[in-house]
Amino acid sequence: MIHLTRMILQRLALGVLTLFVVSVVIFGAVELLPGDIAQEILGQSATEQTVAALREELGLNDPAHVRYLNWLGGVLSGDFGRSLANGREISSLLASRFGYTLFLAAYAAAIAVPLAITLGVLAALYCNSIFDRLINILSLSAISFPEFFVAYILLYLLSAEHAIFPSIADYGSQASLGEMLYRTFLPAITLVLVITAHMMRMTRAAIVNLLAQPYIEMARLKGLSPARVILRHALPNALAPIINVVALNLAYLVTGVVIVEVVFVYPGLGQLMVDSVATRDITVVQACCLVFASIYILLNLTADVLSIATNPRLLHRGR
Amino acid sequence: MWRLLRTAPPTAIFGMLVIVIYAIVAIFADGLAPFGETEVVGFEYEPWGDDFLLGTDNLGRDMLSRIIYGARNTIGIALATTFIAFSVGVFFGMLAAILGRWVDQILSRLVDVMMAIPALLFSLLLLTVFGTSILTMVLVIAAIESTRVFRLARATAMNVVVMDFVEAAKLRGEGLMWLASREILPNIVPPLVAEFGLRFCFVFLAISALSFLGLGIQPPTADWGSMVRDNAGLITFGDITPLLPAGSIALLTVAVNFLVDWMLHRSSGLRT
Repeated sequence: MIHLTRMILQRLALGVLTLFVVSVVIFGAVELLPGDIAQEILGQSATEQTVAALREELGLNDPAHVRYLNWLGGVLSGDFGRSLANGREISSLLASRFGYTLFLAAYAAAIAVPLAITLGVLAALYCNSIFDRLINILSLSAISFPEFFVAYILLYLLSAEHAIFPSIADYGSQASLGEMLYRTFLPAITLVLVITAHMMRMTRAAIVNLLAQPYIEMARLKGLSPARVILRHALPNALAPIINVVALNLAYLVTGVVIVEVVFVYPGLGQLMVDSVATRDITVVQACCLVFASIYILLNLTADVLSIATNPRLLHRGR
Repeated sequence: MWRLLRTAPPTAIFGMLVIVIYAIVAIFADGLAPFGETEVVGFEYEPWGDDFLLGTDNLGRDMLSRIIYGARNTIGIALATTFIAFSVGVFFGMLAAILGRWVDQILSRLVDVMMAIPALLFSLLLLTVFGTSILTMVLVIAAIESTRVFRLARATAMNVVVMDFVEAAKLRGEGLMWLASREILPNIVPPLVAEFGLRFCFVFLAISALSFLGLGIQPPTADWGSMVRDNAGLITFGDITPLLPAGSIALLTVAVNFLVDWMLHRSSGLRT
């Protein structure tokens, strides 16, 4: 057990280190910005005094490491600074958008995870059957499709041809849960299709690998029922890779959500980020990037820790 | 060669056929397209008909011609990006494998950090910083994808570096460049070829995604991603025209994936 705890603590420390380095990279990328941010905001016609005053106000005269520490301190206490484009508090912008994105991602995950694992296990069990091949071709195609293609096909079929679902996913602030689920159905199902394909293929690969191992064959040769072989012998060992696969793909949602939000005009964080890139609102992009990257890293970290914690081999190894 | 092709599964043959057709369309775009790339030939959003086979777009340009020119532009840019990503990734991957020690440590940790940020977000950040133009987009995506190539090149080169013939070449006093290009590169090509297909798909999808968001290839250049964006409004009226460029992207990535899937299957020695 001590061994296990130490491994988990090591991973956590590594995760914190990664977060720190990534924050440095995100901050550093902005340092690469050619020219002067103050000049950029005020435009070419600004006088030298106003530019100098703004530089002072934004703290641009401090050396880079001081500004980094100020920025990081602000972020940790929930203050992301102000938007360059309209001067609004970034933290309030993020707070209003973040809930939308989280809702959409959770919705998609709640459908995709059980679906993908069931399909993946079935494809592995009936390896090389017609069902398996069909699933293989379908999932390979789904992976190759750009997200917006899937989104527009669904939009065309379910919204334009048969007006079953609305094409714009914004549900306003006073919607009931049922209304919210109904209005965000199309974007959610787009994400489901994209990540289910990934998740299913990886689950299938993990289980096929496992079923080829000698101890499974041994269990079969002993005459155990297929259900017992799967549930008692294969599944405990498959748990770690499956958890890993799920967490990795939830992390993939982080990028998928950006495109899907734009297609369905959904007021989430991804939409905010794309709009800010277009207007070159660098502080907002910085903040969005940091939030997305942190979620991504935390999910990967969770995957690591869970797969260590559920690995039966590590559990029984003393010292 | 011919015998090899006859053992290919139908999906792989389909993949090869599609790739060949795309290549022909891209190369002979000038001859195939009925109208010019940016030529305004009719009214906006004309329906499918005899004059304009697939109708016209939001500015009255012929849709079919733009799809044909789009093949050249989009695929050409994606190919160039993949080539840059591969040259950089393979070069540094071999360097890390041959020199080892601190060079390897620095490069590998650098790549670890870059891979900790999701690719699309990282490219969005960099595009904000450097501004949106085709050149910056190509360089940004190439830099991000090269980290993935680096991983594979380093790992495969590591296995080759420890072999006796490399040791012999070192003792002969061959230089770094000779070791990389003559001793190691020929031995790591097979896994890299399959990887090239996969990376091409990723690059292609990344470029399309950025163009779709309006941050990649800029108008008036015909490009499938931005064509979807410009004409997306038609979808809500039940017109499938905007799905065509999106479908062209999807078809090509499916084809490449099918082909790569078969190649990986063959090289892993599994037979079904």
